Amino acid sequence: MAMALPLAYASSVVHPFEAGRLSFSTKSTKHKKQIYQFRKVTKVLAYYGLTNPPYKLDALEPYMSRRTLELHWGNIHRGYADSLNKQLANSPLYGCTMEELIKTTFNNGNPLPEYNNAAEVWNHDFFWESMQPNGGRLPWGGVLDQIEKDFGSFSNFRDEFVRSAMMLFGSGWVWLVLNTNERRLSIVRTSNALCPLVWGDIPIISLDMWEHAYYLDYKDDVSKYVNNFMDHLISWHSATARMVRAEAFVNLGEPKIPVA
Amino acid sequence: MALRTLFSKKAFTTASGFRPIAAGDRCFLRQSRGLTVAALPDLAYDYGALEPAISGEIMRLHHQKHHQAYVTNYNNALEQLETAVAKGDASAVVRLQSAIKFNGGGHINHSIFWKNLKPMNEGGGEPPHSTLGWAIDTDFCSLEALVQKMNAEGAALQGSGWVWLALDKGSKKLCVETTANQDPLVTKGANLVPLLGIDVWEHAYYLQYKNVRPDYLKNIWKVINWKYASEVFDEETA
Repeated sequence: MAMALPLAYASSVVHPFEAGRLSFSTKSTKHKKQIYQFRKVTKVLAYYGLTNPPYKLDALEPYMSRRTLELHWGNIHRGYADSLNKQLANSPLYGCTMEELIKTTFNNGNPLPEYNNAAEVWNHDFFWESMQPNGGRLPWGGVLDQIEKDFGSFSNFRDEFVRSAMMLFGSGWVWLVLNTNERRLSIVRTSNALCPLVWGDIPIISLDMWEHAYYLDYKDDVSKYVNNFMDHLISWHSATARMVRAEAFVNLGEPKIPVA
Repeated sequence: MALRTLFSKKAFTTASGFRPIAAGDRCFLRQSRGLTVAALPDLAYDYGALEPAISGEIMRLHHQKHHQAYVTNYNNALEQLETAVAKGDASAVVRLQSAIKFNGGGHINHSIFWKNLKPMNEGGGEPPHSTLGWAIDTDFCSLEALVQKMNAEGAALQGSGWVWLALDKGSKKLCVETTANQDPLVTKGANLVPLLGIDVWEHAYYLQYKNVRPDYLKNIWKVINWKYASEVFDEETA
């Protein structure tokens, strides 16, 4: 069953504590005694916790069953987190946020062994938060305005997203990202564990197109899965929050240049 | 009665005048308006005959839905290719390559896969003897070592793909290879001939084994058709 973790959505990172680094030469005897006491403390390493989805495992029924979430989150996502921690136990990579770890291990296209696990942990966190019970329907406010600006209309965006998902060969993800270079929203497909963070784009919504994400509920009917996601699962609340954060990094506005 | 796929063959085989032609690459083909197109091959056994190693539900979906989709999309891509070539539209020809590689590869790979499987009561799982058996002992030390190697590579494969026991036609040596997505074995080497292929796409095992791919790989050896692999091996090394 689910681990009883506190509902924190950022992966917790603990920095290593090494008492050995302190220098002893100028310290008083009393201070040295305190340091020696610290030396007995066990070294704490970086550890990435498995975060819970922000809803109960049966909350997305009937569009994504409890059984799917139990396996997808409880076994697969947990498996990636466990593998990552095992790999990091003997690795010099620590003290990074998950995003930093992904970018570092991606190594500009020559991924290190930790990349796959790190990226998949982050991807799945992002995916759970991209969905909500009673989701779907339309976005509003700034997100809707930006979608209409970049795609012409919401239905154009929806069609393009579904089309992109259906065109994916093999395992992968479909993303709505804020393209930082072009300063506009766009839809990208990635294979296996590839994440748009590595080339600097800011993901807004993601959809897991690996077969394990839908096979129990939809078998081979991929189109129904994608359409149900668009109509009933997608969390525009999350998308709005992510857009707000993204706008701190990307200026989407038109500069208001006064006309003489 | 055997669950043949006659019921499921949809538009392609209902029209009159079409009959299967066995081609050199062992995929069933048909003539249609002068263009040779692919057709879904029949299984030599019932969907449920491979239980408990592979469930009947998986076999049915895998054959009737997934393989059929590859065949359909491959044929569509071929027709579009024919048009593009006739028109001299080079960019359309190039654009179609990924669809042809994916769907054509899917058709090739699955056609081999069905022949790689055999029910246990018909000899599935029986270890190879004579020529192929000796070759395995020479190149891998033992059959167990080969199975372990293929299982390890299959489990380690990220995403979707296939794990193969291949014969290098040039050096006459056996090797284990993996391919991603639906890439056929020849993409790893023009001299490679597939003897056995194991599908490690999730659709091949998820309903039964969930995410525990190693269990699927352990169990599939009970229904592997070594006789077919031996025949291909003997043919290529003759």
